[in-house]
Amino acid sequence: MADGNGILVIGEMAGNEPASTTLEALAAGLSLLASLPGEKLSVVLAGASTAAAAQVAIAHGAQTAYTIEDASLADPAPEAVVAAAQEAVRQASPRIVLGSKTILGRDVLPRLAFRLGTALAQDCTAVAIDDAKRLLATRPVYGGNAVATVACVSDIAVAALRAKSIDAGEPDSSRTGEVVALSVDLASAVRVRPVDRVEQTAEGIRLEDARVVISGGRGLGGPEPFKELGKLAALLGGAVGASRAACDAGWVPSSYQVGLTGKTVTPELYIAVGISGASQHMAGCSNSRTIVAINKDAGANIFKDARFGVAGDWQKVLPAFMEQLQELLG
Amino acid sequence: MTLKIVVTAKQVIDPETPTSAFGIDSNAVTVPSNQSPVINGFDEQAIEAALRLKEASGDAHITVVSVGSGFALDVIKKPLAMGADELILLDDPAFDNAIDPTVTVAALAAAIRKIGDVDVVLAGRQASDWDNAQVPIGVAEALGWPVATVAKKVDINGTTLRVERVLPDGHEVVEADLPAVVTVSNELGTPRYPNMRGIMAARRVQPTVWSAADLDLAIGSLSPAFELVSLSKPQSGVETEMITGDDDEDAGRKLAQRLRDERII
Ligand SMILES: Cc1cc2nc3c(=O)[nH]c(=O)nc-3n(C[C@H](O)[C@H](O)[C@H](O)COP(=O)(O)OP(=O)(O)OC[C@H]3O[C@@H](n4cnc5c(N)ncnc54)[C@H](O)[C@@H]3O)c2cc1C
Ligand SMILES: Nc1ncnc2c1ncn2[C@@H]1O[C@H](COP(=O)(O)O)[C@@H](O)[C@H]1O
Repeated sequence: MADGNGILVIGEMAGNEPASTTLEALAAGLSLLASLPGEKLSVVLAGASTAAAAQVAIAHGAQTAYTIEDASLADPAPEAVVAAAQEAVRQASPRIVLGSKTILGRDVLPRLAFRLGTALAQDCTAVAIDDAKRLLATRPVYGGNAVATVACVSDIAVAALRAKSIDAGEPDSSRTGEVVALSVDLASAVRVRPVDRVEQTAEGIRLEDARVVISGGRGLGGPEPFKELGKLAALLGGAVGASRAACDAGWVPSSYQVGLTGKTVTPELYIAVGISGASQHMAGCSNSRTIVAINKDAGANIFKDARFGVAGDWQKVLPAFMEQLQELLG
Repeated sequence: MTLKIVVTAKQVIDPETPTSAFGIDSNAVTVPSNQSPVINGFDEQAIEAALRLKEASGDAHITVVSVGSGFALDVIKKPLAMGADELILLDDPAFDNAIDPTVTVAALAAAIRKIGDVDVVLAGRQASDWDNAQVPIGVAEALGWPVATVAKKVDINGTTLRVERVLPDGHEVVEADLPAVVTVSNELGTPRYPNMRGIMAARRVQPTVWSAADLDLAIGSLSPAFELVSLSKPQSGVETEMITGDDDEDAGRKLAQRLRDERII
């Protein structure tokens, strides 16, 4: 790998702030810098308004914040972010580019990697630097049935981090850095034109933010039982999720899906009802603090990852569980 | 004008294989030899999307392209049984690369150029081996085409592609000019089962086979992005406490009490 100028984080915005995943990527970058003495950490932020976010990123360790502001970037097309990222790479000439496997990152990072003549280390749960100063990327493969570590051997390494697998560091307002405004032709970069958007947001607490998540799977047998899960979620101040099997069956919308190709959740309490615990499902919830499983098959995989389990029929276990809960919670 | 569709399809280990049956041998993931491979699930959805496009347009030709070596013919012919018109296997020991998309991307892009006049490439959103979700994007970049990812619906009107993309909370409609690449997700719906006539017809079709040389690909000149350092089985550090009772109801009540005692709720 060429001697490089450190690490560039491809940032994302959540409103006028850097997204939590971007703070995680900055924290990952800072920890890598310990093995790259004298090199620096930069970030690129593309948004409608980036001044405040740039300062937050600097407090989180970025020495240079490349920014690009445009009204169209309030909800950016991936190709526009790729164009901005390419310009930031040109200016920073990093040896390592870090981003996040978010809905936007999934589109931006592979494109960027191929344009830089390499490929993407996708969905990494840990990154490190080896003695040859190569990026080592560790990532689940085969839906989580195996874990691989690869060394990036191209001149520039590009990695996407799995959300919530690295702790975001604390901001330190004494850190200083420079802000560099980029000028990029965004309009000509965009060939996939957005024409419409249909939101399908569930009422109540967002699944991704919920302290308690109650998820149902194929074992529920239909859409009706999800109402019971809803009552339990209401009782505990949580949200309802689902396995892909339940979403594919049309029992709940696909926005409920937890897992490798669904949402990543890390609640205090995750209760899985009638879910077998396929590795692709667990990929979205295994970082929950406490997992509880109710499944009639005592040999179900979910019990390997659960802290507490009941091997029984949810139709009998769940109502009694809820009744007792109600009593305990007063 | 015939709409020329290419679908990329990969032969993979069946992802429904029980976790306990997965093993690791000389830095490769293994399953027992009696476990038949499958076509990557999202690729079957891409084939379904292609068949729907063919039905809608009335005049379309579907070519399925797969890269690898050591294909299981009965498995990889399934798209033909579903209704695809042609199968091209990019079969070469040099294509047998599990960890790096570079070679696969180059082979697919070369094949699409060789087929010629392709209007749209449909791929799966990710392959259930390395869950990379990047080969189709690489192909689009190599060809200089736009790519719309994670589609639940694909329509073509003249030379305009219209795709409904799945978002975490809803969906987005995007348009692009053909030629273009689309990656398809499970929200498209269940792929059709091959019928008897399809299965019989597929039996008679011999796939076209192209090697790296047939594609004028100098594999040695492609620089890989990755080197595998290690492969292992994941560790689960959780100690599970099974809650039992006189019956299921009792176990449910005890579970609530236990969670309360632990101050989890
Ligand atoms: C590339 C890829 C990506 C994927 N992404 C995801 C993803 O993001 N999220 C996801 O969830 N899946 C995903 N999957 C699918 C995953 O592999 C499983 O097929 C899916 O999670 C199974 O859902 P399930 O547990 O609800 O169904 P099943 O595996 O069928 O399990 C149903 C369970 O219910 C139990 N049960 C039945 N009746 C009762 C009863 N009365 N009481 C109690 N228990 C009962 C059964 O014992 C069984 O364990 C993906 C697959 C692939 C290949
Ligand atoms: N070896 C291959 N042969 C054919 N298609 C492939 C191959 N590898 C990847 N693809 C296509 O690219 C999609 C995404 O794969 P990946 O980037 O490996 O996750 C798959 O769903 C296939 O449609």
